[in-house]
Amino acid sequence: MAGAAAQFPFGHILDTLEYGPALEGEAIVKQWLEKHNHNFGHFINGEWQRPVDRDNIPSKKPSTGETLANTLEATEGDVQIAVAAAEAAYKTWGKISPFSRAKFLYSIARNLQKHQSLLALVEAVDSGMPSKESRTTGVPAIIRQFYHHAGWAQVLPEEMQGWTSLGIVAVFPGWMSPLVQLAQRVAPALAAGNTVVVMPSSHTRLSALLFADICSQAGLPAGVFSVVTGSTPGLLASHPAVSAVTLAGNTLEGRAMRQLIAGSGKKLSMELTGHCPILVFEEADLDSAVENIVMAAFSNSGQNTYSASRLLVQEPVYSRLVEKLKVRMTKLVVGDNLDKNKDQGPLCDPAAVIRLNQLVQEAQAEGAHIFHPSALPSGVHDCFPPTLVTGAQTSSQIYIEEPCGPVLVVIPFRTEKEAISIANHGVSGTAAGVWTENVNVALEVASLLQVATVWINTYGLLDAASGAGGLKASGFGRSGGKEGLYSYMRPSWQQPVRTTNSEVDLDKFGASSRSDLLPSPAPVDTLKAGDNPNIDKTYKLFYGGGQKRPDSGASLPVLSQTGSVLAHVPDGGKKDVRNAVEAAVKAAPGWSKKDGHGRSQILYYLAENLLSRSSDFIQLLSSASGDGNQDQAKTEVELAIQRLFHWAAYCDKFGGSVQENTLYGLTWKVHHSLGAIGIVCPDDFPFLAFVSLIAPAIARGNAVVAVPSGQFPLAALAFHQILETSDVPAGVVNIITGDRNVLTRTLAQHQDIASVWYFGSGEAGSTFVEAAASGGNMKRTWVNYGRPRNFLDQEQGQGQEFLVESTTVKNVWLPMGDIFAN
Amino acid sequence: MEVHSSGNPGWDYDESLFKSIRVNLSAVKAKAAEIGICRSVKKQWQAAWQLRALACIDLTTLAGDDTPVNVARLCVKAAHPISKDILKMLNMNEKEAKLTTGAVCVYPNQVQVARETLDKCGEGGRSLPVASVATGFPCGQTPLGPRLEEIRSAVKDGASEIDIVINRTYALAGNWRGVYDEVRQMKVACGKAHMKTILATGELGSLRNVYRASIVCMMAGADFIKTSTGKEGVNATLVVALVMIRAIRDYYALTGYKVGFKPAGGIRTAKDACVWLSLMREELGEEWTRPDLFRIGASALLGDIERQLYHYATGCYPAMGQMPMG
Repeated sequence: MAGAAAQFPFGHILDTLEYGPALEGEAIVKQWLEKHNHNFGHFINGEWQRPVDRDNIPSKKPSTGETLANTLEATEGDVQIAVAAAEAAYKTWGKISPFSRAKFLYSIARNLQKHQSLLALVEAVDSGMPSKESRTTGVPAIIRQFYHHAGWAQVLPEEMQGWTSLGIVAVFPGWMSPLVQLAQRVAPALAAGNTVVVMPSSHTRLSALLFADICSQAGLPAGVFSVVTGSTPGLLASHPAVSAVTLAGNTLEGRAMRQLIAGSGKKLSMELTGHCPILVFEEADLDSAVENIVMAAFSNSGQNTYSASRLLVQEPVYSRLVEKLKVRMTKLVVGDNLDKNKDQGPLCDPAAVIRLNQLVQEAQAEGAHIFHPSALPSGVHDCFPPTLVTGAQTSSQIYIEEPCGPVLVVIPFRTEKEAISIANHGVSGTAAGVWTENVNVALEVASLLQVATVWINTYGLLDAASGAGGLKASGFGRSGGKEGLYSYMRPSWQQPVRTTNSEVDLDKFGASSRSDLLPSPAPVDTLKAGDNPNIDKTYKLFYGGGQKRPDSGASLPVLSQTGSVLAHVPDGGKKDVRNAVEAAVKAAPGWSKKDGHGRSQILYYLAENLLSRSSDFIQLLSSASGDGNQDQAKTEVELAIQRLFHWAAYCDKFGGSVQENTLYGLTWKVHHSLGAIGIVCPDDFPFLAFVSLIAPAIARGNAVVAVPSGQFPLAALAFHQILETSDVPAGVVNIITGDRNVLTRTLAQHQDIASVWYFGSGEAGSTFVEAAASGGNMKRTWVNYGRPRNFLDQEQGQGQEFLVESTTVKNVWLPMGDIFAN
Repeated sequence: MEVHSSGNPGWDYDESLFKSIRVNLSAVKAKAAEIGICRSVKKQWQAAWQLRALACIDLTTLAGDDTPVNVARLCVKAAHPISKDILKMLNMNEKEAKLTTGAVCVYPNQVQVARETLDKCGEGGRSLPVASVATGFPCGQTPLGPRLEEIRSAVKDGASEIDIVINRTYALAGNWRGVYDEVRQMKVACGKAHMKTILATGELGSLRNVYRASIVCMMAGADFIKTSTGKEGVNATLVVALVMIRAIRDYYALTGYKVGFKPAGGIRTAKDACVWLSLMREELGEEWTRPDLFRIGASALLGDIERQLYHYATGCYPAMGQMPMG
């Protein structure tokens, strides 16, 4: 150091007080790469495997384009070996004691902690993320994931009673914060007793490989955790031995995955990008909001799943906020992401620069104003400046298209109600920020936003104890907290599902109705009556609170087991479903706002009225068997009454809880209703299954469009009388009979349906429902893959699963505090 | 009312500028935690920044046992803050670099000896201002008359900067008009001397009050707003600073007058000082990192800066006793 001063006179620095570079040393990254000879194999069965004759893909450093190392392109055989190792390891890992599993996860956390610096640097070098971000938020978050989930591994038997591990989980972290996305999935999957195979994004493979290196050091049994590099996720995801798939990425990747594994019986959870809004109300701390907005929109160059790309500002503070934001943005510096004095590094994907330029130019041509104050550095590849767009409208392409880069579009709004409707408009629903010091506004907005995470007066906080994820087309399943464990477990009574032939012709399934609508014999009781016929009982569809004739003007005969015609029911179709969904969507918000006590009163009332009419229902049900035996019918009706009582009880006992995360303040988890749920009931237990399915859905505030058993829909149709006499608001329960496939098709493709539950027989319907969901609003699905369910059984007929499927989890973060001194 | 000032002549009392201010503590804390992380200076940049920090120090002694002995010692150190050995190693010339602290800061009774000592310290000493605390420092719990008289006496003895304390009794009761009127009279009493108003933020209860006090003092003509006396439980924190700096920014946007900022109490290391400079640079601009708009009230900081410069020049850490005593 001596003599340094002489070499570097301070002259101009003393005058300008500039920062100079503050580069992080990369020596340790180079050492690690050299240890692997800059050539990585797959990490399978606890060791590095380098099969020969594979394609090599260079992992590049985004800031310079320099090749850091070569990684392999997996073949089907490589995946096969990894999955086989995971399968073998699962036999032990799934059975070891909770304490043992906890110790392994704890050891991973410890070993990650020992290599914090290397992890942060490799993540930064490989993905282009500013190293100060990977160092201060990314790496601490992954360590926290493993400590937290070591805890879950320990207490799993008590806390997840009735649930068991799935088997092999295929993990696909995205390229946005790849390490965090990996840890968010691997930690709960392992804690729950699964083994995992990770296939990192082709853009960012190195940090996953480093993670594997560290895991092997942590003494994890061979095969429990493997990494296979490749650019064909399908090879791994559709492997028959894989039981679950979890993915982080963009909506396109999500859709492709949903479609790929539709009908396979694999459990799927996805966290997709969110096009997230921040809402700034007039009573906000504007200076703090500005700081927060800059972080939310431009950290990691706007390439986080929850990066804010829409800024909604209340009219009275619009100009002031935009002015302050512009001033703040002039301080942002773009450059080498390993320089601590730079705020933004290069984009991870070089193609994004071209795309963003195009988007911005088009907006400019449409009259929007583009503000990007920061000069781009020379010598650093693929940078895009922090960009603020004003003067665009909600119909502008730049507002509609998610940028996945440092572009923020500002839109003014007038009232709280308008803010909500702008924010909720659109297909995505990952997270949102709310800025106001007014507690009434904050809480109401938080409750009305259709997203998985709401941050009040803060943004971007994540913690292993609170599940993050998406709603609507932003995915389903959560990462973190107890809510996150359900993506990696199944009810213990269920056998693992492995469908053999899940092929279904998506164009043809349910596309046209049956054609046998010619007159059939009159119902039995009419025939028996002789000269004194009974008055013809006409069954109708039930939706919007009233009985409706089907649009087709046609009926279907209902036959008894002996083949005689019992009655005719309406042949409902596409238009009837449309009307019913409309009614359900209209009813859902009011019903979900109704307090739990109020809903439970109505469910109890349903039980009460069903009890007083039970003999009618028993008779109706027993007529189906044709032998006059009432035992089964009696059991069904009695259990149905019990189910109504059970779900009436749960109307006010599953609202949510307070999360124990690292926030000073309050984070609460709310179990929201989903909206309108389409329920396709099984033929078995035609009445009990119907009641068992609709009751939990409505208990938790959803509206339903139910398709009763195709074979024997009479009891379910007759249930409308009970609904009408029990104060169930119009549109909350809608019942449509008809060709089950036609109705299923319409429900699955309807974009206003938030979830479809399919319990029909055969695998085709389940496959169709899952595949159709990928095309539209990416609705949630709960299907049986053609496996029967014994609704008489308590676990199968009213287990916790029903609550999980009837709700979606939202976490609201509210920091607190005003005391800073005396 | 006639107001003498080179910087901020003040503004008519206007409650609408501060009454409904909203400050979210947790968000300000989050930002404060980021300041030290999002920028850093290394090598020669770090040394240059330390020299800039040195030029902004109000080298302070405010103790019951202050006598001409230690006050004179302090003043000489302020005029020659870096030992000749180190300067030589840094290839620097004290005179050319105009290397002194920003001011010395003492009690009114020590102003005279401070002024006399500095005047004997050559050009650097002669141009070095003496700042005096006044107005019943640190509590301000004396009648207004004596408080104003204290200012006048300090100015007469040679103080060209006066660090007044505001009336916390008024502030906590929400009597901002009262605070304004008093500070306005103090400004008059200061005459040509620069007025720094100490908000004693550690006793204001909320960050909203910190913002209000900042704006009220600037409206009343403060040339600097200062965090604390150094005697409160909580003194200069980045959290409080952010709020005061935002007020300075807002006042400047409204009036076009630039008001300086002085954190005092608790800033002891060269590293901390660089974080504070970075805060000023990021939030207000480079202009606000110079002694005419930025001061750090400190007594131990200078010693640490000298030690760090020694380390920069030699690569070794000096023993405490190796540096000339100040």
